[in-house]
Amino acid sequence: MFAVEVKVGLKKGVSDPEGSNTRKSLELLGYEEVKEVRSLKVYRMQIDATSREEAQKRLEEMCKRLLSNPVINTHEIVFL
Amino acid sequence: MKVEDIRVCILRMEGTNCEQETFDAFKRLGASPEFVHLKQLEGRDVGGDEARSLDDYHILMFPGGFSAGDYIRAGAIFAARIKASLSGDLRKFIEDGKAVGGFCNGFQIMVELGILPGMDGTMSEHPEAVLHSNDSGFFECRPTLLKHTNRGRCVWTRDIPIGSIRLIPCAHAEGKLILPLEEADALYERLFDEDRVVFQYCDRSGETNAEYPYNPNGSRFNIAGICSERGNVFGMMPHPERVFYRHTHADWYRNKVGSEEGDGQVVFRSVLNYIVETF
Repeated sequence: MFAVEVKVGLKKGVSDPEGSNTRKSLELLGYEEVKEVRSLKVYRMQIDATSREEAQKRLEEMCKRLLSNPVINTHEIVFL
Repeated sequence: MKVEDIRVCILRMEGTNCEQETFDAFKRLGASPEFVHLKQLEGRDVGGDEARSLDDYHILMFPGGFSAGDYIRAGAIFAARIKASLSGDLRKFIEDGKAVGGFCNGFQIMVELGILPGMDGTMSEHPEAVLHSNDSGFFECRPTLLKHTNRGRCVWTRDIPIGSIRLIPCAHAEGKLILPLEEADALYERLFDEDRVVFQYCDRSGETNAEYPYNPNGSRFNIAGICSERGNVFGMMPHPERVFYRHTHADWYRNKVGSEEGDGQVVFRSVLNYIVETF
């Protein structure tokens, strides 16, 4: 069993209203040092696989088929 | 073919919520719509006489709503499930010249499926576009003005005069059309050159470079709806099914006009006329 995080973010240049509104709100709360906020989604999973390589291959497939849209998203698979 | 023989598949799953208005629009114009749950097409968990085949229909309609809770990305889960079990049937349906349409979440599903914009064939392996979060960060729920700029390719709007302005409501948080950034300029040029842009948000004078709030989401070139190369696959963010009659327009009381027809009705009539003439 592998514990994994799949991080799906936005490519550079893609608008991120959630991130920019978060930055603005933090600024209004007095955190003026925050110059940029980019949002991302993290899916934490438990994967039943015989090897890390097999899990990695299946996770890449999951990203392509559902979790990530290559037009705007980046994805990163992190084994915990 | 007679209009009453046209079978319309109104496809739904958990979270779809505009299916009734969409059904009613086709029914009022004399066609034969049917609510079909995705599982009925998949043949999964349904009794024998509940199973359906796409082949039995002439029009496939993806209604609006929040399919699968809009989790992951709007429309992504519905699209992935269709792609896993029905991509062959759907490809054939489209290549046979039958009509596929989607409004709002329906459009999002079609883009995630890869059948729109369909730059390089009927269905791409991966999405070629996305309907991303509105620049405003808000759920934009209000009337929008749309200019019909299609020169005749789209079978869903061919009965609408070019340049005509329609008042059709939008209700979405993710409606900003984005094409792959690296080649976006060339792709937008192709969309316009190939007559695949169908509706553009505009102001009262018809200017299609009008900014927010006329453009509710920040889509480049104010694009609100696009069609496939053949014109039989069409998606748009606003909801024509919500303005089938004039009395459901938001400004009905202030601007009572003679016609009973709402600005969205012609979309349904156009596609029915196309099917009547083609099959």
